[in-house]
Amino acid sequence: MSDLLLKVSGLNKSFFGVQVLRDVGFELPFGAVLGLIGENGSGKSTTMNILGGVLTRDSGRVELAGDEVAPANSREALALGIAFIHQELSLFPNLSVEENIFLDHFPKRMNRLPFIDRRTLRERAKNALELVDLHASPVTPVMRLPQGERQLVEIAKALTRQARLIIFDEPTTSLTARETERLFEIISRLRAQGISIIYISHILGDVLRLCDNIVVLRDGRVVGAGLRADFSIERLVTLMVGRTIDRLFPERVAGSRQHSTALSVRGVSQPGIVKDVSFDLRLGEVLGVSGLMGSGRSELARILFGLDPYSEGEIRVGEVTLPPLAPRVAMDSGLAFLTEDRRGEGLMMEASITDNIVLPSLVERSSGFVHWLKPSALGEAARGVAERVRVNAKAIDRIVVRTLSGGNQQKVVIAKWLLRAPTIFILDEPTRGIDVGAKYEVYKIINQMVAAGAAILFISSEIEELIGMADRIMVMGRGEVRGFFERADFDREALMKSALWD
Amino acid sequence: MAETGHALSSAPGGARSRPMQAFRWLLYSDYLVLALTLVYVAALWLFVPEILSPTNVWNIFLQILPLFIAALGLMMVLMVAQIDLSATSSMAMGCVVGASIMTSQDGYLAGQPWASAVAILAIVAIGMLIGVLNGFCTIVFDMPSFLVTLTTMMFFSGAAIWYTAAHTSSGSSIGSLPPAFLEIGYGGVAGIPYAAIITVVLAIVVHLLLTRTVFGRWVMAVGLNPNAAAISGVPVRAVVIGCFALSGLFAALAAIIYTARLEAGTPILGQRILLDVIGAAVIGGVSLFGGKGTVIGVLFGVLFLSAVDNGLQLLGLSLSSVYAIKGGVILLAAVTDAIRHTLRARG
Repeated sequence: MSDLLLKVSGLNKSFFGVQVLRDVGFELPFGAVLGLIGENGSGKSTTMNILGGVLTRDSGRVELAGDEVAPANSREALALGIAFIHQELSLFPNLSVEENIFLDHFPKRMNRLPFIDRRTLRERAKNALELVDLHASPVTPVMRLPQGERQLVEIAKALTRQARLIIFDEPTTSLTARETERLFEIISRLRAQGISIIYISHILGDVLRLCDNIVVLRDGRVVGAGLRADFSIERLVTLMVGRTIDRLFPERVAGSRQHSTALSVRGVSQPGIVKDVSFDLRLGEVLGVSGLMGSGRSELARILFGLDPYSEGEIRVGEVTLPPLAPRVAMDSGLAFLTEDRRGEGLMMEASITDNIVLPSLVERSSGFVHWLKPSALGEAARGVAERVRVNAKAIDRIVVRTLSGGNQQKVVIAKWLLRAPTIFILDEPTRGIDVGAKYEVYKIINQMVAAGAAILFISSEIEELIGMADRIMVMGRGEVRGFFERADFDREALMKSALWD
Repeated sequence: MAETGHALSSAPGGARSRPMQAFRWLLYSDYLVLALTLVYVAALWLFVPEILSPTNVWNIFLQILPLFIAALGLMMVLMVAQIDLSATSSMAMGCVVGASIMTSQDGYLAGQPWASAVAILAIVAIGMLIGVLNGFCTIVFDMPSFLVTLTTMMFFSGAAIWYTAAHTSSGSSIGSLPPAFLEIGYGGVAGIPYAAIITVVLAIVVHLLLTRTVFGRWVMAVGLNPNAAAISGVPVRAVVIGCFALSGLFAALAAIIYTARLEAGTPILGQRILLDVIGAAVIGGVSLFGGKGTVIGVLFGVLFLSAVDNGLQLLGLSLSSVYAIKGGVILLAAVTDAIRHTLRARG
């Protein structure tokens, strides 16, 4: 027997005449971590869906420990020892941890009777949780667990099915820094036990840290493969994008920062959420907001935009004091808000690009007592901003947003606010889950807005991004402002320390 | 799955077989229901040619008018992903109160020249108030509208019976309505019944409201994604309450036509048509999941359901079998809606 767990060769797949995988092949030894990277649409998910039994291949070979396999569904894949942990976890929040782990293979009384053997169930669940280092009671409902621990439950579930290969698709997108650390530890432990991992992620730093081998996909082809030592972030980006990007962040015209204050926040508090937050956001400035998940960053953004209440303090735009819970007042004062939850809160997935873009501007673009609309004028306006942010679609009045890639969807959200020409733009994780090329374009749009005099509040979990884009960074922790860093003092370590300090 | 989704949308339909394409087109088309209606009528015509006799067609036409109005109101509520089961009991409540005002037998305004006008206003006000009450409970207490409107349905159908009993000796209905009011049921201009004129005007108004006004766009946005709508500055609560109020208003307008035709206010008015009202909207392609619905679709839905009803009765089927078959047809429409919904979600 060779030391290869997985050998994929000559994999092809097309959807309705469009070839999305061309001759994809790679190898994965026992107990190794393979990083799989590529832009959205490069074929990562399709490849993994074929391995996981979700899709069937057109041609090609998949060998698992020397035997050719072709799982027809995820159940078959699991029986072969391939577990697929999706980006959106497939746990039942209302069921307990143990029920989730053993949902499809409950230990039965006397092995046959249709009654669940609770005692065995509890014991096995405890063992499984120990393997992933999760100290939660097996009877806790999953909805009570934080996101990171839910992921551990999912891993425990895979382990009870004797998984030999675990595929992680973007596992860290909703995890805090600490949870991510913990996940990496578990992955190292799994590797030591001889379990192989395929790790898909947009965060290249993590991939370089964690993976033994790396495979880069572009347009459904393998464009780079090798040991970790052969790659650097620059090289990975070049391979993914297919051209050299000299810089990750676009050039910015310096000195756009003005002295007049756009948004002034004084002592804003809401019990249990944020405490005594004060800062000034100036016109022509990008103020970065850093902090761990749960530090109150996103909550602060929602309060500023009037979506969540606050009990004390004052939020002022020029002469106007924004009352709590009045998004319309905030909008009319020139605020715009890009939410971190693009699908859940940013877009109407089943509506057209045009309908999404014009939604916040309808009142201003209507006439008369009944608020009459002229669809042709709305379409024209939408086309204008869609072109400005370079939404990659032709018939924007017919194409449904759901069918767009993540990057294009994000551009639609930006476009819908640009149509209102906001002076203060709150961006909550504007580049989450979008590929390198689209990220660069989002940065360019931000720079254009700042150059035109707008003020940007840029919330992000990626410190590099803030260092690259912001004039100042405000660090938050436990709902409080921990400190401010001027551009000259930007330092990864210091920022991290400030966010982590308790 | 973002990647495969992209591939799907950009792919030309070439690989998909022709009948499959036609099937998909029909599945998503408004005209599916119209086509089914025509096929159904044609098939039935072989057995009961009376179905296309001028009298029968005219009867169906008159039957459709108030049902269409009530179904339009229900569509508004379905568009924001809610439901209104109380539409028919607010019809009953409105009609007995209206009748008690204008009846010449001990009516509150018996014999007054403007009695009919006040009665009409009262019916409309009751409908809208019940609608607002439904919307308010749904939104402010965050209750499922199914439960809210189920209870208001029970309350007001009971209240209507009590009210009738308190105002008449017979206890079953309030008759002797003024001729000016009855004119709405049977009168007309140049052979066109008033009811038809009212219905067409309302249909056009609703169509324009949905496609050409800010309110219509807001309704759609709330139905598709209330969170995204709220962040985009849409007053979600007001929109939902507004839709419930419109449902009540349209139920009241339908009640006026029904009452004028029956020449009496009766608390059992509309008891049997709740299924038809909801069914017509759902058959007409209004999604139970919110955000999707057209006036023309609802018209086709009403047409289909009325044709089925009428045809089965002409065939001599008992009322109970007609009910069972209609229930089956509406279930089929709801299943179709669910299939469309999942197909869309999958791409």
